Amino acid sequence: MASTIKVKAKVSGGVADVKSLMLHPMETGARVDAETEAVVPMHFITQLTFTNNDKVVMVANFSTAVSRDPYFSFKFSNASVGDTLKVAWVDNNGGTDEIESVLE
Amino acid sequence: MHIGKRMFIKGGLAFAALVALPRALLAAVWPEKAFNVTTASEAMNELLGSDQTVHSDEISLKAPEIAENGAVVPVKIKTTLKNVQSISIVVEKNPRPLAATVEILPGTLPEFSSRIKMRETSDVTVVVKTDSGLFSTSKEIKVTIGGCGG
Repeated sequence: MASTIKVKAKVSGGVADVKSLMLHPMETGARVDAETEAVVPMHFITQLTFTNNDKVVMVANFSTAVSRDPYFSFKFSNASVGDTLKVAWVDNNGGTDEIESVLE
Repeated sequence: MHIGKRMFIKGGLAFAALVALPRALLAAVWPEKAFNVTTASEAMNELLGSDQTVHSDEISLKAPEIAENGAVVPVKIKTTLKNVQSISIVVEKNPRPLAATVEILPGTLPEFSSRIKMRETSDVTVVVKTDSGLFSTSKEIKVTIGGCGG
């Protein structure tokens, strides 16, 4: 299956600028399915973690109030071109995905 | 049940080891209670131990004044405060006000961008926790179409 995560990280002056996009429904538990008229259960990413060369550089905790297909960007220092950045998420149903990317 | 002295000491040592865990490891726990409460004040008390913050001009929250679609409200947060430990977004009038909380680890810059959902027009507060306390800034964002059913 194709990854649910897209990430792009560019280094400039030792600082990595990370932009990421996850494919996830981020269901609030309040939405009613138009066809079945049933309430769609909560389903959302709870935690997004970025690890650069085995060092955790960001832990973002989300609620259902983060938009569908979450976008998240941030910066960290002490970065070098060629570092391996791992992006991983977990959701409230125990779903997970992760991807590794190389800093440009 | 009787707990022997040796057992008691062992327990104490285990507890001390747990307390000494690096913040990065402890940070990996998703703060369920803070996310599930229904008022901004409860969320902040749960997450940060207090709902009292000092207003700071050193925090910037960039977001549209009017969000046409409450399901996708772009937010950009940045602070020049020093020794930042976490940054949280609280949407006062959302059913569960705490939208996100981000751990700022050593070496990570105290800023991030994302997109959030808003049920209706509301004050949005950014709370920055530093080693010297809690600081915040708030901004009202008007919402044309609410984004919690979407």
